[in-house]
Amino acid sequence: MAAGAQSGRVATTGAFRDAAFTGLLAFALFLPLIGFLTGVNGSNELILTTRWPLLFAFVAIAAIGRFIYVLALKPWLARRAQQPVRAEAPAWRAYVTDWIVPFAVALVIAYPLVIFFTLGSNGGQKWIDNFGIQILIYVMLGWGLNIVVGLAGLLDLGYVAFYAVGAYSYALLAKTFGLGFWVLLPLAGILSSFWGILLGFPVLRLRGDYLAIVTLAFGEIIRLVLINWVALTNGYAGIIGIPRPTFFGIPFSAADNGFAAVFGLQFSPLYRIIFLYYVILALALLTCFVSLRLRRLPIGRAWEALREDEIACRSLGINTTNTKLTAFAMGAMFAGFAGSFFAAREAFISPESFTFIESATILAIVVLGGMGSQIGVVIAAIVMIGGSELLRQLDFLKDIFGPGFDPTQYRMLLFGLAMVLIMVWRPRGLIATRTPSVFLKQRKRISADLVKEGHATRGRG
Amino acid sequence: MEYFVQQLINGITLGSIYGLIAIGYTMVFGIIGMVNFAHGDVFMVSAFIALIAFLILTTWLGISSIALALFIVLLVAMTFTSLINWVIERVAYRPLRGSFRLAPLISAIGMSIFLSNFVQVAQGPRNKSIPPMIQGEFVLFNQNNFAVTLSYKQLIIWSITAVLLFAFWYLVTKTRLGRAQRACEQDQKMAALVGVDVDRTISMTFVIAAALAAVAGTMYLVYYGVVSFSDGFVPGVKAFTAAVLGGIGSLPGAVVGGLLIGLIETFWSAYFSIDYKDVAAFSVLAITLIFLPQGLFGRPDVEKV
Repeated sequence: MAAGAQSGRVATTGAFRDAAFTGLLAFALFLPLIGFLTGVNGSNELILTTRWPLLFAFVAIAAIGRFIYVLALKPWLARRAQQPVRAEAPAWRAYVTDWIVPFAVALVIAYPLVIFFTLGSNGGQKWIDNFGIQILIYVMLGWGLNIVVGLAGLLDLGYVAFYAVGAYSYALLAKTFGLGFWVLLPLAGILSSFWGILLGFPVLRLRGDYLAIVTLAFGEIIRLVLINWVALTNGYAGIIGIPRPTFFGIPFSAADNGFAAVFGLQFSPLYRIIFLYYVILALALLTCFVSLRLRRLPIGRAWEALREDEIACRSLGINTTNTKLTAFAMGAMFAGFAGSFFAAREAFISPESFTFIESATILAIVVLGGMGSQIGVVIAAIVMIGGSELLRQLDFLKDIFGPGFDPTQYRMLLFGLAMVLIMVWRPRGLIATRTPSVFLKQRKRISADLVKEGHATRGRG
Repeated sequence: MEYFVQQLINGITLGSIYGLIAIGYTMVFGIIGMVNFAHGDVFMVSAFIALIAFLILTTWLGISSIALALFIVLLVAMTFTSLINWVIERVAYRPLRGSFRLAPLISAIGMSIFLSNFVQVAQGPRNKSIPPMIQGEFVLFNQNNFAVTLSYKQLIIWSITAVLLFAFWYLVTKTRLGRAQRACEQDQKMAALVGVDVDRTISMTFVIAAALAAVAGTMYLVYYGVVSFSDGFVPGVKAFTAAVLGGIGSLPGAVVGGLLIGLIETFWSAYFSIDYKDVAAFSVLAITLIFLPQGLFGRPDVEKV
């Protein structure tokens, strides 16, 4: 009993010491950038003001957080780690895994209609547009990039370049030649995949981090050309007035030949949004379906073999050049589709939409979801994109922190933090199991540690 | 000719800044094989710390001696930036050591997004500009009504870079820590077996990388007199290009690469097109990696079965 109290006291003292150290560290870390604020005075000179209360709030949060972690959370985690792992997954889990996909597909198909009938045409717009369409674009891009990164194991940090090619192809061709969305959609995909092959050729010899950096450079070069080639792209100002997609020739306008009038409905801007939602849903499902089927074709098997071991792959007579280029072309094609959809949806594009942050976001979705896992991409896109969109909706925080508080400015801050935290918490992504496409007797999930997604070899070490 | 010499001077100044950042990339890559994507943003954070230290010294404490102010600013920026990078390594990279290759890269990209947005939120999105710290210049020679000048601040940047590079070279080649670092670079397990504290050595690598980035950040502030939260990405990528061009993992390579990138960028802007100067730098990166992946001074990456 006495010994128990003794060790309890020791633990508390240790926690106090730890918390004090963390507080001190936090003080030093945040002193320059939180403790002082640089602003300008009337004559446009930089002046400093102090923010001691804010700094001490940060220090207190760090110290108290550390104290609670050491005293309560850490022992609890240690106890949990000691409990034996159940060998057999509970029966309900298999049931859930079998039914989750049809259920989810039914849910996303019904989603805009449910929103439409419950929230009406005014309140429903942001839920379908900001959450539905926005997330689906990233799901589609994630699935497209998954072909390159997850299946073929080629790390691509410039994926947004192909998205940009698709968007600008649609915008320029539609504005110059007056072609419709459905003609230009496949054309944009083809043009993008050409660019995929074009940029894929020089980097065939590179792997891993080097490949990532060169693709990043290509992505930036394409963006810089879009900015500087003003005669073609109108530079920073971007392209405005891009034709919107029509419902197979019927425009979504309030005119007499508009969608609402033709079908005898009351005009509402929501019809176009619902239509766009189904278009991107169909495109996303197509991407998923194609990549799942490709995985079982010889080319898909070659991609996965290439990812696991390039030398063995070559020894077996697989043409690695063609294999890599088809992976690039496939991934780029789906980005091109998504890009032309994006241009048609926004009716305005500028190089600002195709920055490196976009590439990083898409790659983050693929990696955080668990590379090679289709469901993982969906979950990660919902968490990352839906989560950051949700911040736009948190108006009630203004009541707490005062009217000057703007939650949207913390969007990217939290996004970056979430990337780090999810990576540290689950380095293999949210879905950490993979299902091999070839199996001996029965289909079994395996740990993601056994496959070599994004696992480039290095000469030494 | 005189125009050329002037561009040469400007290019070397810019190149010294890139070289200092590039050492951080090359050291971290050499020791743990990771592209430290957040390094450019650490550089940007250090420029902000230098800015704040400079403002405290001049507007609050009223220090009028520029040399003393610059010295203190440099020390403050190096200390705080090192501390920040030490914490970043502990929090974001160390738990992922031994994980698959992409995990630390993604973590570093997240950290880069976090740092630039943290500065944006904490200090506001506007450009921060200070009055020129150091004025005056030497006129080297005057020809065809074009004076080739070497400004005092360029001279200061050159000399500080040279002194620090020497100190750094001494640290890596002559001290115990440097030896431990080179050992960890070759084989971490073996180094641990002969008594090198691998974790501590890697931490120290991040600290040194951050200190050199802080020198670059201070120099950047002195040279341009303006800094904003988004200033980390492009210099970061260019410094990485420099590291790759020099041969990643090679320390003299990083410096030479930095100077080359600075010169290429300056001459490109001067003789071709200023709009496409970043395209030139990125193209150099792509061309180097494709045709000379081991860089100028790097060891070739031999792939074993």
